[in-house]
Amino acid sequence: MPVSVKDYLRERFMPHIWCPGCGHGIIMNNLIRAIISLGIRKNDIVMVTGIGCSSRISGYMDFHTLHTIHGRALAFATGVKLSRPELTIIAPMGDGDALAIGGNHFIHAARRNIDITAIVMNNRIYGMTGGQFSPLSGYGTIATTAPYGNIYEAFDIVELAKGAGASFVARTTTYHVTSMQEILEKAMRHKGFSVVEILTQCPTYFGRKNRMGDAVDMLNYFKEKTTPIGSGKKEKDPSLIERGIFVQEERTEYCAEYDKIVGKARGR
Amino acid sequence: MQARWGTHGDHSIVALTASTHQDLFRITVEAFNISETYRTPVILLLDEVIGHMREKLILPEPGEIPLVERLWTSVKEGTNYHPYLPREDGRLPMSDFGGVHRYNVTGLMHDMWGFPSDNPEIAYGLMRHLIDKIEDRVQEMTYIKEFYLDDAETVLISYGSAARSALHLVENRRARGEKLGLLELQTLWPFPAHAVRDRCERAQFVVVVEMNMGQIMQEVNKALDAKDKVFLANRIDGAFISPSDIRNILRLVQGKGV
Repeated sequence: MPVSVKDYLRERFMPHIWCPGCGHGIIMNNLIRAIISLGIRKNDIVMVTGIGCSSRISGYMDFHTLHTIHGRALAFATGVKLSRPELTIIAPMGDGDALAIGGNHFIHAARRNIDITAIVMNNRIYGMTGGQFSPLSGYGTIATTAPYGNIYEAFDIVELAKGAGASFVARTTTYHVTSMQEILEKAMRHKGFSVVEILTQCPTYFGRKNRMGDAVDMLNYFKEKTTPIGSGKKEKDPSLIERGIFVQEERTEYCAEYDKIVGKARGR
Repeated sequence: MQARWGTHGDHSIVALTASTHQDLFRITVEAFNISETYRTPVILLLDEVIGHMREKLILPEPGEIPLVERLWTSVKEGTNYHPYLPREDGRLPMSDFGGVHRYNVTGLMHDMWGFPSDNPEIAYGLMRHLIDKIEDRVQEMTYIKEFYLDDAETVLISYGSAARSALHLVENRRARGEKLGLLELQTLWPFPAHAVRDRCERAQFVVVVEMNMGQIMQEVNKALDAKDKVFLANRIDGAFISPSDIRNILRLVQGKGV
């Protein structure tokens, strides 16, 4: 029997809370397709999320799901992974969730290189609470809490993850759905801490506040303002954002190391 | 107080403490037992003195202290499993992540499947469960230590490291024939009001010894409803409360002057 995306959704909990035009649904769809393509059993997947629009993704999906507290998805995910290393752990987070409230968990999970797939659904704003700027909004952007312009520079998630020691780092957008699925598959298959930044549109807040038009305009923005890693276009226009896989390295994984230490302590 | 009211929303919580490392070992095991039984956080509320000191500890043999086994669901694969269906005994049988039952765990108000809900009836049911599973079992969760309470005319109530100074004083005074006793609390929350009432009924004076402005004294006041016989012996200058500090308060309380 062919497998359908619907088989992975908890339809009785629909409709979802996401606004029309929100990019989160595109990510959910691609995530399911990637999981189907990898053939991972539903019982073998634990999805851990924090708080925010993005974090509601866990409730809608038919896996073992853990909707935790703000910024702590990776802390809970680390606990689950350590107790059941054989399971596949996916932690989708928002940009504020992952890098403001959960910034410390993010860098230390990367440093440990624990086998978790961290997805940062980056819409550059706190949507659920009413459009406050996040550490990803960037200088000069407008938000409810920055009506005259934001004076903070943004994090570069890719550089941050690389610096903190993640062994798989990638970036894609909700426009580039085919490569998103490929990247998610590789990230989940990777043994170690994988970070996938997905630029996603929030037409309700970030788009509206920054006069970026509707959801389609924002998707076109991702198309025009990003370029594959190492393309010639970037040389001509340095403001373009690169997408693709930046890091993919085999490195000692935390649970494996932990297991060795347990063995050592038990003298085996 | 932070352990009890440190979050938004209403809930019950268990907080335990101890005054010696030997007791601390035991109470830590009990903390896990309560936590495993009722699926609740249990806070080990320890103070700086207990944390920094070193003293002898005799480790019990495995099996000497009973351990609670987690309750697992007997619901088979394919049958509807309700992870949050309240039971009268306050316990919810669990199913592991990676097992045959896939369900949602959330910090939001949720229904018996664990899915977020804003239905007031469901929210009320959940709140009652979270509160009642603790408050209905206060006696079961009460850990106290009693020293010379049988005929005590003055009862000291203390917990944590302060209880060591209190005990020192009590033993000195007993040697001199004074009817002083100590009730040491190891359970702070849910507050063992019944035990405090019972042990202080016949006391002329009750002196609460603690290192703050009287957080537990307020609970003692609520339990006894006899404010004129409850007094506070405290220090809030960062120095550890000594037996002589308590003695000075006792002199005042007993009308012996400073």
